Parts: sequence; structure tokens; C-alpha cells
Amino acid sequence: MGSGIWVIGEIEGYGLHPVTQELLSKSRSLREELGEELSCLLVGHDVARFKEEPFRYGADRVILVEDSSLEPFSETQFGKIIAELAREKGPTIILSGATERAKAFMPIAQTILETGLTANCMDLAIDPQTKVLLQTRPAYGGNLMATIVCRERRPQMATVRAGVFKAEQLSEWKVGPVEEVELKDELRQNPLTQVAFEPKSDDEAIPDYKGADVVVVAGRGVAEKGLIEKLKVIAQALGGVLGATRPVTDMGLLPRHAQIGQTGQVVSPTLYLGFGVSGAAPHTIGIQGSKVIVAVNKDPEAPIFKLANYGIVGDAKEIIDLLVDRLRDRTGRGEQNV
Amino acid sequence: MEIICCIKQVPATDTVRFDPEKGTLIREGIVAEINPYDLFALEAAVQLRESYGGRVTVLSMGPPQAEEAIREAISRGADGGILLSDRAFAGSDTLATSYILKKAIEKIGSWDVVLCGKQTTDGDTAQVGPGLAARLGCTCITCVEAIERMEDGRFRVRRRLEEGTYTLEADSPLVITIEMGANSPRVPSLKGKMRAKKAEIPIFTKEDIGAEDEMIGLAGSPTSVDSTYVPEFKGTHEMIQGTPAEQVDALLKIFREAGV
Amino acid sequence: MASVNYFLTEEQQMIKELARQIAREKIIPQRAELDEKEEFPWSIMKDLAQADLFGLFVPEEYGGLGGGCMDICVALEELAYGCIAVTTTYAASALGSYPIQLFGTEEQKKKYLPPIATGEKFAAFGLTEVNAGSDAAAIQTTAVEDGDYWVLNGSKQWITTGGEAEIYTIIALTDKHKGPRGASAFIVEKGDPGFTFGKKERKMGLRASTTRELFFTDCRIPKDRLLGRRGLGFIIAMKTLDLARPGIGAMGVGLSQAALDEAVNHARKRIQFGAPIISFQAIQHMLANMATEIEASRALVYAVARTIDAGEKDIQKLSAMAKLFPTDVAMKVTTDAVQILGGYGYMKDYPVEKMMRDAKVLQIYEGTNQILRNVIGQSLNKEYSKR
Repeated sequence: MGSGIWVIGEIEGYGLHPVTQELLSKSRSLREELGEELSCLLVGHDVARFKEEPFRYGADRVILVEDSSLEPFSETQFGKIIAELAREKGPTIILSGATERAKAFMPIAQTILETGLTANCMDLAIDPQTKVLLQTRPAYGGNLMATIVCRERRPQMATVRAGVFKAEQLSEWKVGPVEEVELKDELRQNPLTQVAFEPKSDDEAIPDYKGADVVVVAGRGVAEKGLIEKLKVIAQALGGVLGATRPVTDMGLLPRHAQIGQTGQVVSPTLYLGFGVSGAAPHTIGIQGSKVIVAVNKDPEAPIFKLANYGIVGDAKEIIDLLVDRLRDRTGRGEQNV
Repeated sequence: MEIICCIKQVPATDTVRFDPEKGTLIREGIVAEINPYDLFALEAAVQLRESYGGRVTVLSMGPPQAEEAIREAISRGADGGILLSDRAFAGSDTLATSYILKKAIEKIGSWDVVLCGKQTTDGDTAQVGPGLAARLGCTCITCVEAIERMEDGRFRVRRRLEEGTYTLEADSPLVITIEMGANSPRVPSLKGKMRAKKAEIPIFTKEDIGAEDEMIGLAGSPTSVDSTYVPEFKGTHEMIQGTPAEQVDALLKIFREAGV
Repeated sequence: MASVNYFLTEEQQMIKELARQIAREKIIPQRAELDEKEEFPWSIMKDLAQADLFGLFVPEEYGGLGGGCMDICVALEELAYGCIAVTTTYAASALGSYPIQLFGTEEQKKKYLPPIATGEKFAAFGLTEVNAGSDAAAIQTTAVEDGDYWVLNGSKQWITTGGEAEIYTIIALTDKHKGPRGASAFIVEKGDPGFTFGKKERKMGLRASTTRELFFTDCRIPKDRLLGRRGLGFIIAMKTLDLARPGIGAMGVGLSQAALDEAVNHARKRIQFGAPIISFQAIQHMLANMATEIEASRALVYAVARTIDAGEKDIQKLSAMAKLFPTDVAMKVTTDAVQILGGYGYMKDYPVEKMMRDAKVLQIYEGTNQILRNVIGQSLNKEYSKR
């Protein structure tokens, strides 16, 4: 047995972050192919209470670093701890979700370890011959999928987009060994002092783009205030969320978090409905998981039509107006006078 | 306050076209611009200088034409800039890049804070900022929306993570990455443009910064591309014909079939 | 395809790029909302200030960049491509500063021009009154000497940036019976005793620009606020307008260009009878006229601006021409753009209806186009009488 696959466990609310669940689930197959142990690292303040959770998703072992100095979160301290543990125990692979925290501490650990790190992977596999980790991520703004390898140096490190793997609990599982690690004094140094924390308020709460069943998207072709309002009505009538391409959020017509695509929200709805969206790759890479893609655009040559299941070449404004009327009819006139 | 702002010249996303048959970029028509994320870092840097005095030095690694990006940064308020350009730097991944930047910053000498954009639109890794902090052995704070300097010399920042916004304090030196949308980047000024035109942009090569061969370029980059493929989309492919009213009828039917 | 080479200097090329960038990034995304809400464009004015554009029309020794008429026209054209109301707010500060630049004492220039150059303060120009529009000589606002003060009484109507501006140059009668020599120009500051503002006017177009009445009720200002000499009021006003009019022409060019761009883009995409409407001659001919007249306007504005920059002093006729033709073209081009967009053009969802509303004011303010024809006609008469 080799020295292991590590998944860095993150906590969200009252349990393991979904992306940690997804990574542990995916890593079970990597473990089979490599014949190595799968460990989940839990590092933080007040994380010990979650130490059994990783076993539900297939971890063989939990490495627990529980320390009060780990609050507030400091990527500097966190990265050093991961690097120190990795030096000591020599894992083959370190994986984590591409969360804001991990995107900060993984490069710090990587740099200390002088090894490779691949960001925002959308697939992971083991090369059957070389046993190297094949890390597939979008390149050139999603026009191309590139499989990245880190051939010589170890560990091989990668962050993975949330939502690309499925979280699967084991039907039968048992709590395995939990290895508790005491931090050395120098690693207990947290360079950050927390002065205040404001939780995200309700009105700035970001809609659940990732989990949305219907995603309506405003593209450059409909970048006008009045049309955006109508699209909101459509999104609401369909029980979905309204997103946009980058030019639209750049113009301030919708908040930045509404940007759908490689550098924004990655969505996988049942229905994707794009108006005036040309379909540039940075956007389309974020909608690959959609079941049905419908696009309305004036330009018959727009790349979005190459991947749309249904396309309408025409004036998006006209279609939007008709659609608003018809959806009002459907839901009953008067109720949707938003 | 000595402020270093790292920027990168990238292809403007909306000018990037791709040949799916060949699997290569269409070079023609590509317009280069400052990585949009970096504009927020630059604005934060210029605002810091305006509040506390000092100098903003822009640092960029790239081919000789990346000098244009540095000139634009000067027209947007930076005091000066340095281009890191050497054939030996080509092929550097984020690990090698953070090494090269670190060597350049050491050559610059004294500094209080390094500001970086959160990520780039071309690489999309968000790794160079934190990696650079690790190389410099200093504290890193990512996803920052606002920075102020306290009377005691410490920095106070607002950092936004998924669950909310933290106000944090830390000692300099610091590497800070700035969140997209943290401020409203100013347009260039006329005086800035004139200054930018005249500015001398020193070019640092491998020798100038004393970089070791095995740490830069392909040799210093542990990751490599094993293979590539063009993503394919599967399923029905149908253009809906007819009058707009008929097309909307068809849409409603598709919605019903999709169960929404 | 080639565009006309106007041989802009490197600086002018820079100004053009910068103003264009501001129009694209800052003005166009906000213009519809500012128009709808009749909101003063504070944030865009800040952008213009930060970009040093307010310094363009102020000499270097007073903190500006000392741009010439051509430089300013290049900037105005590009800004007007985005929005006439926003550009008017900017141009009004130049207009209000010209009397000080042309006739101010060293002390007046040192005091008033630097904050105008940085955009920290806006200037405004007050000539028009309820009973004195085209007939400027009919003004009724008076200024009476009282010891070390001038005391102003009366009102000024439809003053651009009235209320938001800090520095006003006001034309008032000092000697009722002296006819054209009976008026003088004064600098009035916001906050001077007896100086108040009327309500914000509601307008057809130009809605993001503020227009107010100015009231002077025993408004006492120190003696050193007199501009030039007593009796120079109308000359100061005429010289100011002569200098400003090519800029209004440049705004007409920028607005026309924006309308043409919208019209051509629409005509290329709009399919009727199975073909893009640009393939129909009726549309092609309209577009052809628009494009040709715009280019002629631009050539005229640039030529006159350069003549002024070359030091020509007798510019009344030329600058009237440089305002007259491009603004008439702008009215026609924006109207045709609405026509080409048809129903879309008439809707507020599209930008051309606003362009058409905004175009109208260009034919009215800073000398109606009828008055400009008088000016040109009288100049011709004078010129030919000397032959």
C-alpha cells in the first residue's frame, strides 16, 4: 500500500462541505486503482465533531488537526500545516474542492512542497500504465479540455470544481482510525486577527445557481434594463434563477455573482434558456452540465447554436415579450405582475 | 508606502476564437488587455497610494509586447513598472512564475504590500498570488475587498468568503489578492497617458534577477499537458422555425417536456 | 475599409481613445437610466475629472492641460457618441470658464480656473432670460455699483448646470441706455448673498443635464468680480460663444455617428421579406446620406477648430457654420435612425429615440440655428462690402 490519497475536508454549516463529500466519493475509485489508503484531513477550530463524517463517504482514515489558533482562517497558516503534514507522511495525491479557502491555501502548500497543483479540475483519473493522476481542466476559456499531469514531483495536487462528481454515501460504513495531530508551536502562529465578521445578509444572499433547475441567461444581445426585468419575470415564472454572461454583469445590469461561466457560476440545470447569448467558450464551459439547452439569438452563426438542443434565430426581444405574456397566461393573469 | 502590483497581459476573452477541428487558438484578431481581475488590484493599489502616499510599481511577466499592459497601468495611475521578460521564462507554470516574481521583488528591495488580482481570465488558477506569498515567506490574504493602514502600521482588510465578510488585521509585509468588483477601476487619465508614453520600462531578464535555470520555464514547472480534447455536446439539435408566436408555442412545449 | 485620415496629432489620438473609452465603459451603460430618472451624472463627472478632461480646456498655467479648440472638439465628439446630456454638462463648464479665460484678470484666473481644471467645481454661463433669448440685447438683469460692491437684480433662464455649478459668469446690464455697450460680465459664486435657484426644469431631451433658473435678489458681489471692463458684456458673451460653438458642432458629429452605427447594425440584422433590410435601396440611400453628411460635418468642424487653433481671431462666421451644419445633420440623422429602426426605434428599449430627443437641443442652445444663419449672412454682407 502506497502513502495515500488525501482529501482536504472542509466544513459548511453543520457538516462536510458538499464538495468534500463529492471528492471522497470520487476518490474511492482512485483508491481502487492505486491501491492506496484514502484519508480525509480535517484541519480547523471546532472540527473534531465532524471526524466520523468522512467515513460515510469512504475515507479509510481521518487525520484531525483541532486547534483554537486556526480561527480566523488564515491560508498562510493552513497552507504551512498541510505542507508540513505532507512532508511528514508523504501522500501521493492531495485533493480539495475549489472553494475560496482551498484556492488560497492549496497554492501555499504547493509552493512550500515545490510540486504541481492543477486548479478547477472537472475530471480525475489514474493512468493505468504510469499510475499518474490525470487531472482534466478547461483550457483556453473552456474551448479545450486539457489533461494535466505532474509526472515527477509528489504529491500531485488538484482542486476540483463543486458539482462535477456525485456525492454517494456508503450503504455500509464504519468509523475507521482517527489520527489526531498536535500542532508544533510555530504552526500555531496565526498571522491574522479577526476584528469583525458580518454574515452574508439575506438580501445579498446569492441565489443557488448551482442547484437551480432552470437557469435563464441574459447575454450581450439583451443587455438592456427593461429586458433584464422581463427575463426576471420569466425566470421566476419557470421557478428558476436569472444569470448573465460577463458583458452583462460588467455593465452592472446584474450583480457579479450572476455571471455564469468558467470564471463565475457553474450550472447544471434541467433547462438552460439563453437570450442574446453568443456562446463564447468561457460561458459555455459553465453550462455543460445542462440537460436541455435552448438558445435565442439574432445571429444564425452564433456558436451557442452548435451546442443548443433547441435554437431560435430571431429577435430575442420579440420572443421575450411573447414569452412573458404566455407565461402569465399559464400561471394566471394578474399573479405574475412583477 | 511601497506598493507592488502584479499584473498580467491576457487575450481579451471576447476576441478569443478557437478552431475546434485543429484544437488551436485562432491567433488572428486577438486583442491583448490587462487581465480584468488585475484592474481591481491596480485600483486598490492606486487608492492606497492616494491615501497613504508612496509609490505603486507594476510588475508583469510576459513577452516584450506585455510592456503595453504596463504602460496602460501607468496611465491608470501606477508610478512605474517593470517587465520580466526572457525566453527562458517561457513555459513557466504557476510554481515557476511565483519564483520569478519573487526574485524580481527581492531585486526591487523594500516593499510593504504586494497586490494581485484574484485570478486571470486565461489561466484561471488563482495560484500565483498565494504562491508568491509562500515564496516571499509572508502573510497572504485572498478575496480582499478593502484595505486600510492603521496608525500602528498594521493593515486592516475586509475579506469576503462564501459565508460572509471578515474584517482582519495583519502586519506587513503582505501579499493581498483583490476580489473582482471590490472597487470601480478608474479609466486612464490624459496626464497618465502622457506619462505612460514617456515612461521607461526596465526589462528584467533571468540574469538580472538571478533566477536559477532549474526553477524557471519548463524545468521549473512540475505540471505539463498530457493530452487535450475539444469538449463535445450531445443530444438533440433542432432549430425551431415559424413565426415568433409559433416559436414561443414550441418553447412552452419544450418546457413542459423538460418538466418545468 | 479606409476612414478619412484627419491627421490627428499623437495627443489628439490619445484624447480620442480616452474619451471613447469613457463613453463606452462609463457613459453608455448608464445613459438610459440617467435619462429616465433625470439624474445629474455625478459619477461620470468624477470619471471625467479623474481622466483630466476638465483640464483640457484650461491653460497649463492654471492647472489645466492647455488643449486647443481641436483637442476639445475631439473629446466632445467621442463623449457625445455616448450621451449628449452628459457631454453638455461637461461642455457647460468650459463655456462658463471661457469668459474668465478670455477676459479675466490674473487674480481672477488664479482663483477660479484651477478648481475648474480639476473638475472639483463646475462653471456655468448665464446670458438667456425670459424675454431675452435670441435677442440677447433685451436682457433685463441689472448690476448697480454700490461702494465696493455690485448689486445684481433679475433672473437668468434655462441655465445648464444651474444649481450644481459653483462658478457662474453672468451677463447683466450696467448702463441701460448705452445699447450694446450697456452690459457687463460678472463672476457670481454659488452661496453669494441673494443668489438663488429655481426648480429643475423638465425637458424633452438632455434630461441628465440640470437646467435651472437663476435668481438675483439684491445679490451683492465684491467689485473685483467684474470681468474685463464695464460695458464689455456683450462682447464677452459673443467671444465666448464663438469659441464654444465648434464644440457643439463636434457633439453633433458624435451623436450622428452613434445614430448611424445603431442604424447600420440594425439594418444588417433586421430581416424583412426574407432579406436584411440593408439590402433594400430605400434603406441604403438613407444610410448613404447619413454617412456622407456626417463625414462632411466632421470635416467642417475639424477645419474650423484648426483655423481657430492657428490663431485666427475673426471667427464668428466660421464657428457659426461649424455649429449650424453638424447640428442640423444630427437632427436629420437621428430622425432617420429612428425611421430605420421603425417600431424598435420608437421604443425606449432602444437608444435612438433618446438620440433624436437630444439632437433637438443642439439646434437650439448656444445660438439657435436660425440666429446662426443671421450671423453668417451678416458676416457675408460685411465681407463683400469690403471687396
